Amino acid sequence: MNAAGFPLLSLLTFLPLAGAAIIMSVRGDDEVIARNARWTALWTSLIVFLLSLILWARFDTSSAAFQFEEKLEWLPEFGVGYHMGVDGISVLFVLLSTALTPLCILASWESVTSRVREYMVAFLVLETMMVGMFCALDFIVFYVFFEAVLIPMFLIIGVWGGARRVYAAFKFFLYTLLGSVLMLLAILYLWYNAGTTDIPALFQYQVPHAAQAWIFFAFFASFAVKVPMWPVHTWLPDAHVEAPTAGSVILAGVLLKMGAYGFLRFTLPLLPEASATFAPLIFALSVIAVVYTSLVALAQEDMKKLIAYSSVAHMGIVTIGIFTFNQQGLSGALFTMLAHGVVSGALFLCVGVLYDRVHSREILRYGGVAKIMPAYALVFMLFTMASIGLPGLANFVGEFLVIVGAWRVNPWVAFGAALGMILGAGYMLYLYRRVSFGKITREDLRALLDLSPREYVVFAPLIVLTLWMGIYPQPFLSFFEASVAALVARHEAALNLSRLAGM
Amino acid sequence: MSWILALPELALGCSGLVLLLAGVIPKTETFFPITMGAIGALLLTAVLVLGQGEGTALGGHYVADSFSGFMKILSLGAAAIALLVSLDFNEKEGLARFEFPVLVVFASLGAMLMISANDLMSLYLGLELLSLPLYVIAAFNRDNARSAEAGLKYFVLGALASGLLLYGSSLVYGFAGTTNFDRLADAFSTSQDASPGVVVGVVFVIAGLAFKVSAVPFHMWTPDVYEGAPTPVTAYFASAPKVAAIALLARVLLGPFGDLAAQWQQVILLVSIGSMILGSFAAIGQTNLKRLMAYSSIGHVGYALMGLAVSSDIGLRGLLVYMAIYVFMNMGSFAVLVAMRRQGRAVERIEDLAGLGRTDPTMALWMAVFMFSMAGIPPLAGFFGKLYVFLAAVQGGYWTLAVVGVLTSVVSAYYYLRIVKVMYFDQAVGALDRAPASLTIVMAGTGLFTLFFCLWPAPMLAAAQAAAAALLG
Repeated sequence: MNAAGFPLLSLLTFLPLAGAAIIMSVRGDDEVIARNARWTALWTSLIVFLLSLILWARFDTSSAAFQFEEKLEWLPEFGVGYHMGVDGISVLFVLLSTALTPLCILASWESVTSRVREYMVAFLVLETMMVGMFCALDFIVFYVFFEAVLIPMFLIIGVWGGARRVYAAFKFFLYTLLGSVLMLLAILYLWYNAGTTDIPALFQYQVPHAAQAWIFFAFFASFAVKVPMWPVHTWLPDAHVEAPTAGSVILAGVLLKMGAYGFLRFTLPLLPEASATFAPLIFALSVIAVVYTSLVALAQEDMKKLIAYSSVAHMGIVTIGIFTFNQQGLSGALFTMLAHGVVSGALFLCVGVLYDRVHSREILRYGGVAKIMPAYALVFMLFTMASIGLPGLANFVGEFLVIVGAWRVNPWVAFGAALGMILGAGYMLYLYRRVSFGKITREDLRALLDLSPREYVVFAPLIVLTLWMGIYPQPFLSFFEASVAALVARHEAALNLSRLAGM
Repeated sequence: MSWILALPELALGCSGLVLLLAGVIPKTETFFPITMGAIGALLLTAVLVLGQGEGTALGGHYVADSFSGFMKILSLGAAAIALLVSLDFNEKEGLARFEFPVLVVFASLGAMLMISANDLMSLYLGLELLSLPLYVIAAFNRDNARSAEAGLKYFVLGALASGLLLYGSSLVYGFAGTTNFDRLADAFSTSQDASPGVVVGVVFVIAGLAFKVSAVPFHMWTPDVYEGAPTPVTAYFASAPKVAAIALLARVLLGPFGDLAAQWQQVILLVSIGSMILGSFAAIGQTNLKRLMAYSSIGHVGYALMGLAVSSDIGLRGLLVYMAIYVFMNMGSFAVLVAMRRQGRAVERIEDLAGLGRTDPTMALWMAVFMFSMAGIPPLAGFFGKLYVFLAAVQGGYWTLAVVGVLTSVVSAYYYLRIVKVMYFDQAVGALDRAPASLTIVMAGTGLFTLFFCLWPAPMLAAAQAAAAALLG
């Protein structure tokens, strides 16, 4: 059995579904159903979060092996099984998913008034798929969760989204589906050639040299769309702008990490040679993404769109870190992913606070908010600064490590990443100035109320995390140290092997 | 006493005759009891099929093996569900005549004979026994011009297809000197390369059967017939006859013509690619749900034929799993289509589903499950159907086929999503009538299967594996 003594990961994955079943079974008038759905969803996600803290406490950070493993036979004759487990790379993403879900449910408490029951069910199903995806240690199981995320997210954007929600939902779904089906072919190739889809077993399988490039691009099609990398990022601004606040939080906080996680979990260990060969391509695309989307962000009129473009830029830094193949770069990429999950999620919540009150995301609609809502302005500033990468706040550690890692590979790449940080300061401060400072030009803004107790509760854990990750990052870094070291060692060994074979 | 082996067919044939008598004699309308009797007869036959032995009978015209068992149970189950679906619809549309279930029973008998055919003669007999009742039930709503047109169109094109099939069969007979599948297989395994006459004959046989499975380029009748026929009839058309025709195609091509694979493979390959592309692109512009389902079924046949095109046991297994899952998804979504009524009148445009997510959440949920499943989104059953045919294509190295398959599945996802969008994102235009209990049962049953297939896929895979092994020996 595993370190928890019971199938913890399966429980984390499927408990939200039980909550969804309870919500579905409630009868009564709309008010009763809505209240019941909110509370059940909140309690379910809180219980899942508390259970997931066992991972934090019992995870052995000195080992690079998969822990909390569970195995069940599913299709033994095909070498496909239900296999769950976490290592240093995935464990914190499980925690990120379980931590953000209750916050999202709390953030939608009052802003979602129509079809509350369906909304809460969709979020709980989404949590199941996210947690399952990060825990899956079988390629088919992974793919099932990876794709199934699309269904609840499609409904969340399409039903509770803004004016162009239908367009955004379709674009989101079809873009990501198109990428994923090409990955499916690569998975089938590996399945057929290695005779198994078990991920630890696949790590032992050497993909033939000739096939590596093809498989790399099949994976790339899927993960690059999910990350999203330039030039396939265009679904993200649309999806973010149209999604409800909590949908944007999950999208930025967890769903964007799925692509980068895919690169780390599959592309690097399975395709070492192709990864090394195509790293310059990734660098080029990432640097373009960082600089181009930062410039685009400067020109945005819509707050959510601006933060969405900033997400593309930050994820560009993550992909740079991943393809440096060294300890600093990979650790930095992982740390940036976590920090971005917390900070950009919080920024979307900040926009949501204003949107709930004024029902506009237009930057010019605001001005002088700091005078009316001082506490809100403080919170917003904290996360703005974190997003810029101010030392002492979460993003700094990750981005700094990525730049150090990139410098060792190619100073120009490091320069590109650093340029992104400078431009980031530009557009974020510009946003903050226009929203918070200046004269109060619109009279209706004067009536705005500052943060409510519920909103304090939502922001408090995110503030704590942002400060904690910025001031004392070691507890987080220690989780993935061993796994990253093992990954780097594997990568170098594989490259040396192929170099020897080539001689 | 070799005819004992054909006991299921004999039982079904006799019950069909009994039902016919029982329907004629009473003075009152007997639609409901006869339908129930027909469903009972179909289920009884399915049980007999389960207990059936293996071997050939009736002078080598009839063969029973696990392949025929698998396909027969599938088509019998589809026929039973189609009858269940027709109960309420036919009452409300004034089509409650006992001839309907009796015709479905005889069509199912034809389907079974087709699946068990071991001779070009019994193949043709089975096919005609299936087709004749189908022509009649397509035009069952005889006062309706569209229904009559559907029946006539289907009859004319079906006759053409039969002609092609017979012409092909006679060519094969002329060049090989036998119509028995086993002896045909022997004849082709010894000869070094096939004579052009045989190849032309095989191509004609394929063309005749491609009409029946409505594969491109023999699909033209499908949208019109699907749209015109009464909806439960369309549900039946899209399932049981297709299963039987696909089974026959697999048996003919992999059995007697197995050694000519190099000759027929390209044909099936093109047919499969064509069906997938047409099925995904042509459905985008449709506004009528039944037409949309017609194009969708063309696309699904393309995916299933992908399994046949690679001509391997993994491919055949993929085809069997695909057809089984397809029957469930298809019957479920047709149950929703049949249930679509507003103030007593049947409606069939996509916009008529608008706001169903609010007005009838249960039905909308099942329809969404079927649509996501048909689009091949995991963890629903449709994904696993696609997974196994794609696996076969990848394994055989048919990359073009696999890539076309996944890309068209993304295109087709668009129109399946459009239905979900209409149900959940659009404003309601007025509630649909409540679905009757029989349809709710069908929706829930097929929906639960689609939803939870991922938990226990092993039994169906094992059955498909055994069936594939039986055919390929």
